[in-house]
Amino acid sequence: MSSNTKTGALVQWIDERFPLTSLWKEHLSEYYAPKNFNFWYYFGSLALLVLVIQILSGIFLTMHYKPDASQAFGSVEYIMRDVPWGWLVRYIHSTGASMFFVVVYLHMLRGLLYGSYRKPRELVWIFGVLIYLCLMAEAFFGYLLPWGQMSYWGAQVIVNLFSAVPFIGEDLSIWIRGDYVVSDATLNRFFAFHVIAIPLVLVGLVAAHIIALHEVGSNNPDGVDIKKNKDPKTGIPLDGIPFHPYYTVKDIVGVVVFLMVFSIIVFFMPELGGYFLEYNNFIPADPLKTPAHIAPVWYFTPYYAMLRAVPAMFGSQFPGVVVMGAAVLIFFALPWLDRGKVKSIRYRGPRYKAALAGFIVSFVILGWLGVEPTDFLGKVPGTSLEVATLLARVFTLAYFAFFVLMPWFTANDTEKPEPQRVTW
Amino acid sequence: MRILKTLVLAAAFPVVAFAAGGHVALDRAPIDNHDTASLQRGAKLFVNYCMGCHGAQYMRYNRLTDLGITEQQIKDNLMFNADKVGEPMLSSMDAKAAAKWFGAQPPDLSVVARSRGADWLYTYLRTYYRDDSRATGWNNLAFPNVGMPHVLWELQGTQELEAREGSGDGHGASHAAPSLKLVSAGAMPPKQYDAAVADLVNFLVYLGEPARTHRVQLGMLVLLFLGVLFVVAYPLKKEFWKDIH
Repeated sequence: MSSNTKTGALVQWIDERFPLTSLWKEHLSEYYAPKNFNFWYYFGSLALLVLVIQILSGIFLTMHYKPDASQAFGSVEYIMRDVPWGWLVRYIHSTGASMFFVVVYLHMLRGLLYGSYRKPRELVWIFGVLIYLCLMAEAFFGYLLPWGQMSYWGAQVIVNLFSAVPFIGEDLSIWIRGDYVVSDATLNRFFAFHVIAIPLVLVGLVAAHIIALHEVGSNNPDGVDIKKNKDPKTGIPLDGIPFHPYYTVKDIVGVVVFLMVFSIIVFFMPELGGYFLEYNNFIPADPLKTPAHIAPVWYFTPYYAMLRAVPAMFGSQFPGVVVMGAAVLIFFALPWLDRGKVKSIRYRGPRYKAALAGFIVSFVILGWLGVEPTDFLGKVPGTSLEVATLLARVFTLAYFAFFVLMPWFTANDTEKPEPQRVTW
Repeated sequence: MRILKTLVLAAAFPVVAFAAGGHVALDRAPIDNHDTASLQRGAKLFVNYCMGCHGAQYMRYNRLTDLGITEQQIKDNLMFNADKVGEPMLSSMDAKAAAKWFGAQPPDLSVVARSRGADWLYTYLRTYYRDDSRATGWNNLAFPNVGMPHVLWELQGTQELEAREGSGDGHGASHAAPSLKLVSAGAMPPKQYDAAVADLVNFLVYLGEPARTHRVQLGMLVLLFLGVLFVVAYPLKKEFWKDIH
């Protein structure tokens, strides 16, 4: 940006008052990312894209939606029918909610594959897990708003989890709902959390996630540090390339492909077979009619399966709630559980590879079990134990074993040597 | 504790396709939402037979111009319960009285096709049979012990549950799908009745999401646009990355 043009003069005027050029350089044109990013590295920028999609579509939905128990369901149908392009905005938002989790789960898996949580990226990882927690809260609060049967009973089940907390549980759950059952008061406060409280925190955490990442630099599929090999004259990593324009043009390709998938869902299968929009949620909420089968939306089902797998102890479901909470919170400990010398799956030994495969399989199977009722596979012959419950218990143990045993299987693995430079 | 109750409820019930709990195999509804003649016939059946008790409160009459008819035609042929064509399609029946007569208020049908599905509706409206043990004298295979009587009986005629051979003798016959037989003919022969129900279901599916046809058309254009964008974006990426060795 030369200063002898009018634009240049304007930029200079701004730079004297605000670090525009230096921010641009620091985060884009002179942020040196490893040149060997592969397929898995699209999902970070895609998560940012979905965040923007959700905020923009959400603003337009808020203009027409009524957070009132007697009007909420009708106002969603009003958006679907009478608001110009309302149906499109609503489907974009409902599809975006599920796609946010698709993208974030793949982004997290990338971190596991290439050890992106390892030193010095512990804080990048911790901000990431906090974003994941916020996203779960955001999805949960938002899911009540259409005020259908699944919205209502899903919220009822989840808020009731808090009543399992010993001693203060009952009061706690009433405090959360603002009533003895999920009601208009609950809807109003969930709306407040969904449209302002959580999004504010989310945007702040996303900023912190990116600032922390740009402080330490991006990891890559080889897990080697590109800052170890710098050009002696310029000080630029030899394997690094400026994020802009190289990764901006590459991410545009990723965005176009992602939007194709997104559009196929929005325009041709917005319910996605009942997984993105549940059929029962087209029945208005009825506090007097419990649906035969309550299942959360697909992205929560692994944890829901764990909750149901843990047997009640001393007449309390609290242990299940603890297990479910621990399953999410244990991600925070990951950077300190991994004792491997290498970061990337490419140079890891067979033990880590087997453990990660087992973890992925456990997560997927738990997700599948969480969608179905617990008796859908029948009973273990000769006992009263349900097969699905037994499977959920086995895979819950496998899920936790991945974390708990990690210090051992990573420290005693036969790893391959890391290369000096990235492979390209 | 309340949580236990909810969790047990959630866990203890088998999944059934829908809350009504029918275990009958569903027939595929032969519907086509581009067939405007079918949709118009369905709309006529809907206002004549359904709207006596049910409303479609989220749908406005003038939206029916989607079906290739004018507002004047809507006013003349379909609008019995409203004065202005922009009004919602409400039932003429008093909701409180209805709840007293039927035990429950007849549900609004605006999005019934989205919760039940076309196949369920198509099966349900064709599997009513005489059952003297019910207050209405009618029962249904897809929706056992349904509160609604068979409103379309004059068209379909009367069906009865076919006595099954050897039922309850332990040879598994009792698990066979129950079947119905027509004992007195209605105004329509069975094939014609099935076609009429298909029209009605076609309309209900349209009613559930009036923007659907437009959505699919727009989707084609959006994908076409994204395809063009890809053809531009991919070579652009290639061009920039030529420098990276």
